[in-house]
Amino acid sequence: MADELVLGGHRFTSRFILGSGKFSLDMTRRVIENGGVQMATLAVRRASSDGEGNILDHMPEGVTLLPNTSGTRNAEEAVRIARLARELGCGDFVKIEIIRDTKYLLPDNRETIRAVGMLADEGFIPMPYMMPDLSAARDMADAGAAAVMPLGAPIGSNKGLLTKDFVRILVEEIDLPVIVDAGIGRPSQACEAMEMGCAAVMANTAIATADDVAGMASAFRMAIEAGRLAYLSGPGRVLDRRAEASSPLTGFLGEPR
Amino acid sequence: MRRWTDAEDYHDTMECIDSDVMDTVLEAVRGYEPDSYTESDVRRALGGDPGVEGFAALLSPAAAPLLEEMAVAARDETRRHFGNSVCMFTPIYTSNHCDNRCVYCGFNCDNDIRRATLTPEQVESEMGAIASRGLREILILTGESRTRSDVGYIADCVTAATRHFSTIGLEVYPLNTDEYALLQERGADYVTVFQETYDPVRYAELHPSGAKRVFSYRFDAQERALRGGMRGVAFGALLGLGDFRRDAFACGLHAHAIQRRYPHAEISFSLPRLRPYKNGPSGPAPVGEAELLQVSLAYRLFMPFAAQTISTRERPGFRDGIVGLSATKISAGVSVGVGERSGTEHGDGQFEISDTRDVDEVAAALRGLGLQPVMTDYVRL
Repeated sequence: MADELVLGGHRFTSRFILGSGKFSLDMTRRVIENGGVQMATLAVRRASSDGEGNILDHMPEGVTLLPNTSGTRNAEEAVRIARLARELGCGDFVKIEIIRDTKYLLPDNRETIRAVGMLADEGFIPMPYMMPDLSAARDMADAGAAAVMPLGAPIGSNKGLLTKDFVRILVEEIDLPVIVDAGIGRPSQACEAMEMGCAAVMANTAIATADDVAGMASAFRMAIEAGRLAYLSGPGRVLDRRAEASSPLTGFLGEPR
Repeated sequence: MRRWTDAEDYHDTMECIDSDVMDTVLEAVRGYEPDSYTESDVRRALGGDPGVEGFAALLSPAAAPLLEEMAVAARDETRRHFGNSVCMFTPIYTSNHCDNRCVYCGFNCDNDIRRATLTPEQVESEMGAIASRGLREILILTGESRTRSDVGYIADCVTAATRHFSTIGLEVYPLNTDEYALLQERGADYVTVFQETYDPVRYAELHPSGAKRVFSYRFDAQERALRGGMRGVAFGALLGLGDFRRDAFACGLHAHAIQRRYPHAEISFSLPRLRPYKNGPSGPAPVGEAELLQVSLAYRLFMPFAAQTISTRERPGFRDGIVGLSATKISAGVSVGVGERSGTEHGDGQFEISDTRDVDEVAAALRGLGLQPVMTDYVRL
C-alpha cells in the first residue's frame, strides 16, 4: 500500500510542502519539480488577480494550493482572507497564520483555535500554523483542523528544530498529521523531523536563501524521503547512558531455560 | 500646553496623548557619544543580535572601516526576512501648499514656486495614470496645510485611491487619533511621518514657524496613527539636517520603542538625506553615500524585520546596490511635482530626484539583480 499523506480527504505522496514568496516566481516551477512538491503555499495578499507577479500563473498543474492568511491579526480577518482565497480559485485548503507580532512573527494560538472552528464550519480544510502547545493542538483538532503545523523555530530563522521535544509530544499525542512549518533551515533538520514521525515538512527560507535554489529543493526532497523511510523502518533505539553489547552479556549461559 | 522639546505651545486642535516614548528615546540619545565606540564594539555588534548598544556602535565612526562586513551581515538578515522580494510603489503629490517655513524644503511657504492642489477629478486621473503602469501601492503626499489640504480633502484622495490601489500610505502633516481613524476607515493603512531631526534645538532653528514647531506633537504621530487603527508606521530622519549619527540613532530607538509597545504594528524606515532643493543652499552637514549606507545597514541589523524604503533622491546605481542588502522597498516612476503625470495641473516639486526611471525600468533592474519586484503584498480587510 502506498505511503500517503492524507489531509482533509486529499491524498499526497509527497511530504514536502513548499512555501513561496521568498524566491522569484519564475523559479517556482523548477523548485516544485526538483522538490517533488504536490502542495505549495501562497500568500493571498500577494496573489493579485490581475497585473504582474501573480503566483497563480507560475504554479504547475496538479499542485494543490495552500493559501495562507499571513497578515491577519485575528480569527475574523483570517476567515475573510480564506473566503477571498476561495473566490480566487485556490480551493478549500487554508493555512491559518494569525500573527500579532511583527518582530518574531510568532503565531497566536488562541485566535488560531477560534479560526480553525470558524473555517471548518464554512467547509474549509484548516491547517493551523501554531506554537507547539499540546492543549492548543488538542483544541485545534477538536475544532476541525486537518493537521497541526507547529513551528520548529522562528520563521525564516533557519535554526532547525529548536522545539523538538514539544513537537515530539504532539506527534505522540495528536491523531492528526503533524507538519513542521517554520525554522527548518537544512535538509538534515527536515530529515530529523521526519524520523521523529512528523507527517510532512514545510520550508521556504531554507530554499530561498540557498545559492542554488533548485538544487536545495532536490536536497530537501531526498532528506524528507529518507527521514520518512527511516521512521517507517523503526529506527533503532538510542541508548541513554552506556553502550550495549550487540551480543547479550548473558549469552554464555548455555543451558536452555 | 508646551512640552520641553517644543518651540511653541500646542495649538487648540492638537491632541496630546499620554506616552513616555519621546522622553525615553531622547534621554537615551542624550547619552550617545558616537566617537566613544571602537572596532571591537562594532565586531561584537556584528556577532549576533546587536541590541541598542550594538546599534549605537554600528552607527559610529568606528564602523565605517567595517562597512563590507556590515553589508554581508545585513544582506543575510534581509534575505532571511524578505527573501528576494522588493516592494514597488510610487508617491503622488496632491498638493504643495504649505504653511511651514522649513528652511531646507522646496515647499517652504516663502518660496516662490508654482502652487497647486489637485481637484478630485485631477486626483482621479493622476491615479489612473499611475495604476496603468502596473503599480498597486501608492503613497499620498501633501504639503502641510490644514487649510489647503484639510482632512476631508485627504480622505477624498484616499477614497479615490481605493479604486486603483490595494495598499495606501499617507505622508501628510501629523493628525489626531480620530483623524487617523477616519482615514483608516476610508482605506489608508500606513502612515509616514519624518521627524526631520531628533535634536529639539536644531529642530527649532530649522522650523521657524507653523504648526511643525511643536516637536512633540510630530513625535507622537506614529503612536496616534496606530491608536487610530493604522496597520503600519514609517519613521525617518532627514539625514544631514543635524548630526546624522545621533539622528539615525534616535530614529531607530523611536521605531524600536513603538514596536515594543505596539507589537502588531508593521514598522518601516525611510532613508532620506538632504539633497539640493529649490531656492536654497544645501545642508549644513552633508551625508555621503557611504554614511547613508551605514545607517541603512545599522537599521537592518538592529531591527531586521523592519522594511526600508530607498528614495529617488538617490541615483540609480546606489538604489540598485542597496536593495537586496538592506532596502526592501523602492519607488519608481516618481514625480515630485503636483499633477505632472496627467498634465492637468502643475505645481513645482519638493526636491530634485536622481532616479527618473519608470516602473518597467526599475522592475527590470530588480530582476537583473536576482530580485523579484512585488506590486502588492497586502489585502485590506
